[in-house]
Amino acid sequence: MSYFKPAFRHPAAPTNSLGYHEDDYEGSLSTLCAGCGHDSVSGAIVRACFELSLEPHRIAKISGIGCSSKTPTYFLGNSHGFNSVHGRMPSVATGANLANRDLTYIGVSGDGDTASIGMGQFAHLVRRNLNIVYIVENNGCYGLTKGQDSATSDVGSHSKKGDPNPFESIDLCAVALQLGADFVARSFSGDKEQLVPLIKAAISHPGFAFLDVVSPCVTFNNNQGSTKSYEFVREHMEATGTVDFVPMHQEITTRYEEGASQEVCLHDGSVIHLRKGNNEYNLRDRQAAMGAIEQHKAEGQILTGLLYMDPDSLDLHSVVDTSDRPLNSLTEEELCPSLQALDNINESLR
Amino acid sequence: MNPTNIADPEYFHKVVDCQYACPAHTPVPEYIRLIAAGRYSDAYMINWESNVFPGILGRTCDRPCEPACRRGRVEEEPVAICRLKRVAADFKDDITARLPTIPKDKNGKKIALVGAGPASLTVARDLMPLGYSVDVYDEQEFGGGFMRSQIPSFRLPEEVLREEVNYILDMGLVTHFNTYVDSMNSLLEKDYDAIFVGSGAPRGRDLEVPGRQEAASQIHIGINWLESVAFGHIESIGEKVIVLGGGNTAMDCCRTSRRLGGKDVKVIVRSPFADMKASPWEKEDAIHEDIPIIDNHVPVDFVVENGKLVGMHFEKVRAQYNARGKRTLVPLDEPHVFVECDEVLVAIGQENAFPWIERDIGIEFDQWDMPKLNEQTFQSTLDNVFFGGDAAFGPENIITAVAHGHQAAISIDRFCRGKDVRDRPLPGTTLASTKMGVHEWNFDNAVTSDRRFKVPHADKEQTLTDRYLEVELGFDEELGYAEAERCLNCDVQTVFSESLCIECDACVDICPTRCITFTQPETEEQELRLKLTAPANNLTQDLYISDSLPTQRVMVKDEDVCLHCGLCAERCPTAAWDMQKFLYSVTKVSKL
Ligand SMILES: Cc1cc2nc3c(=O)[nH]c(=O)nc-3n(C[C@H](O)[C@H](O)[C@H](O)COP(=O)(O)OP(=O)(O)OC[C@H]3O[C@@H](n4cnc5c(N)ncnc54)[C@H](O)[C@@H]3O)c2cc1C
Ligand SMILES: Cc1ncc(C[n+]2csc(CCOP(=O)(O)OP(=O)(O)O)c2C)c(N)n1
Ligand code: SF4
Ligand code: SF4
Ligand code: SF4
Ligand SMILES: [Mg+2]
Repeated sequence: MSYFKPAFRHPAAPTNSLGYHEDDYEGSLSTLCAGCGHDSVSGAIVRACFELSLEPHRIAKISGIGCSSKTPTYFLGNSHGFNSVHGRMPSVATGANLANRDLTYIGVSGDGDTASIGMGQFAHLVRRNLNIVYIVENNGCYGLTKGQDSATSDVGSHSKKGDPNPFESIDLCAVALQLGADFVARSFSGDKEQLVPLIKAAISHPGFAFLDVVSPCVTFNNNQGSTKSYEFVREHMEATGTVDFVPMHQEITTRYEEGASQEVCLHDGSVIHLRKGNNEYNLRDRQAAMGAIEQHKAEGQILTGLLYMDPDSLDLHSVVDTSDRPLNSLTEEELCPSLQALDNINESLR
Repeated sequence: MNPTNIADPEYFHKVVDCQYACPAHTPVPEYIRLIAAGRYSDAYMINWESNVFPGILGRTCDRPCEPACRRGRVEEEPVAICRLKRVAADFKDDITARLPTIPKDKNGKKIALVGAGPASLTVARDLMPLGYSVDVYDEQEFGGGFMRSQIPSFRLPEEVLREEVNYILDMGLVTHFNTYVDSMNSLLEKDYDAIFVGSGAPRGRDLEVPGRQEAASQIHIGINWLESVAFGHIESIGEKVIVLGGGNTAMDCCRTSRRLGGKDVKVIVRSPFADMKASPWEKEDAIHEDIPIIDNHVPVDFVVENGKLVGMHFEKVRAQYNARGKRTLVPLDEPHVFVECDEVLVAIGQENAFPWIERDIGIEFDQWDMPKLNEQTFQSTLDNVFFGGDAAFGPENIITAVAHGHQAAISIDRFCRGKDVRDRPLPGTTLASTKMGVHEWNFDNAVTSDRRFKVPHADKEQTLTDRYLEVELGFDEELGYAEAERCLNCDVQTVFSESLCIECDACVDICPTRCITFTQPETEEQELRLKLTAPANNLTQDLYISDSLPTQRVMVKDEDVCLHCGLCAERCPTAAWDMQKFLYSVTKVSKL
């Protein structure tokens, strides 16, 4: 068993515009089970941050508890991190984001961490539109505590040792849509071609960006009869279309035929291209997105890809009109205005 | 593209870069692991089986394995493979009991060897255990060929040479030393069943420019001079010495001159420094011994005053390369340079010469006066006469001579048994999992970041005054271990079973050098290379391509900079990747 990764990289490994190599965005060697989908999601986050040329020290990773919530140790080893309490990532993330709005926040959670113990916190985080990428690594079970069914496990699905699940599942994308999320996507850990551009788009989105990533638990829930196994997901995956993410300042090199793609421009100048697939609808139509999710579910399919997006999203800071500057950069003087300032306020209320 | 056929032994053989590059295909990583385990005698025997002269080669080998070593593609420098071989030789126990036993009852076949260099000795080593009676002829008074007469003692001590030559002579060869074979015809008349010609390339090229005749007593052909030094016929040289030539002979000449009284010794060479034939480390050693190497200087004449050589003139040139890389030396418009000297050593090349082989006895020669040979069997046009070593295709090196010797021995044995010599034995291979537990391997798969360790040298002042004192001290056990740990175990192959793969991507994510890609198949390799995770520009390294997977994709692994770290296999949930040790051994006529 290896405890560290060799220090060598490919001698011709490319660098990004900051001069970093992709492995500069990696963390320590994973201790998850070999083949766990979560490791692939970590790999996709690494790739996305590398390709976006993000400064590692301008990123904060925040998580709860679970195998999925452990993963921030295994990526972005040079970024800030906070491994919080089970289901409590949203409140820690909210505090951090309010204190320093200038960082990129990546929240990593599990289906247990979000849809069971953390459901309440999750709901309010969505409502408040905190500017964060919220990734649920969804394996339909509590991996860390040995594979009990979770709230996202489909009716009738069963894990390696378990009976068929008798309860209705929570579809976190549907919940997020219903609660007003402006960026909602679903993907699969085994499909980086789809996942990486989605993560990049989510990072560039100016508000709450939700990614439900089906991420098989090879140890407890990758068996026949599970709807969260590699094989089942591959066979039942349908995509809304192929996502291309073109960051700001980058030339668009792919040619899109007229009418064959939907284009969403972000405020920072980035563009998301959705090449049409069989399941296409207007990406900015929330009800259509909810309908499409329901319809695929009824047909036994899993709808993946970018499901809904509103680029004009107003995040929490805009809504409550906080300081443009991060709170942590305000001086004592700015935070504790003079007696005169208080008097002025009181005066204005008379 | 078709899936890679890993059942073909040549596929994995090529992945073991060092072994593949070694003319004798020595199983390098196998012996390096044994060194790391402190099992020096075992490491020695693996070498001895393949290359016959581990102690000698561990000091002198041209080491074609090192430029090929994977480590050199991953970081700056290859593993010090050659000097690790010496570690095995230096720290082994007495291994005589492990040498093959020679049958008392002979098989009735008699073989003659012309020359007692590494090629002939290898033939003897391979044939003696089978009961052949072997006679060896050499004009020198000892065995070893050029290893004895040319390679100076400060690079190869006498005892090391004697030990390994004697392992073979002691098998009971009948030696005819001090015997120059002056007629092949008379040798053929002696009723040998087969004759092996391992007579080397014994003629040094001369330099015919004005003054050569007049100054003859102060001008020496390099290899003749080295031989005279080796056998004690020459013990001193003038203070100012010019060595002409840029090959390894020139390096040995100049360094020997320094030890025989040469104070102002210069190497002067026609070509640019970078194009010199000498190995980089030999040039380094010469420079370290205060010998300047003056390049781009073409000899014009020897300057003789009052019947005495006083110096040489040179024309300065510049190298020009055409589109195909062919070099011409263009004279500069400058006056000739005069260099003072007392003696000149001419080390500008070496040639074959077979004045003793009659041309009307059925051994055909080509336009360059080289014997016409079958390149695999080393058989000449006279079917009981075989050639090998420098005598076969021109001057090479010891390890090539050994490789030839093994092949010639196979041919001679088949010939003597009335079998078709063109039927060659296949290599012996084994492929076995190194798995010991869930994620445990029976080899040390951790990759160290250590850079190449330097071999310690003896004190320069001392070595320059004693020509028998070996310059290199060799690695001690501790350094040997550390250097051995740098080996990447390229013979432990990453073997992929598509039927087990669930396409979870774990191997792709973990691979430190990003060797692995899952992608749609392509018909052209060039197309496929463009789609890989990391740049795959080294076309000399193969792509390992799987059969179609359930998603219709294929797994493609670029072998180029795989570290053989085993992480792909450790992260694979279904053991679709396995680390399997591949042993490839060139089949010899007699097994150890
Ligand atoms: C100065 C110098 C330094 C070298 N250094 C190295 C080195 O560091 N590493 C390396 O790998 N290689 C080195 N080489 C090359 C290496 O020595 C040869 O390639 C190798 O020895 C060839 O082996 P061989 O068996 O073909 O013949 P040789 O070793 O040349 O042996 C041939 C023998 O045959 C004898 N012989 C020839 N004709 C007759 C005849 N008619 N009758 C009887 N005997 C005869 C000769 O006396 C000689 O002993 C060096 C060569 C030179 C000249
Ligand atoms: C307050 C609290 N309750 C219960 C637990 C036990 N516990 C640890 S992880 C976990 C479930 C994790 O499931 P999920 O978030 O899906 O992560 P996974 O391991 O599947 O990736 C539970 C219930 C805990 N750590 N803390
Ligand atoms: S238990 Fe499941 S979720 Fe946890 S590391 Fe193992 S495979 Fe991944
Ligand atoms: S790393 Fe070791 S096995 Fe690989 S080529 Fe170099 S010496 Fe040979
Ligand atoms: S052994 Fe596997 S993980 Fe390691 S470098 Fe080679 S392909 Fe990559
Ligand atoms: Mg889970």
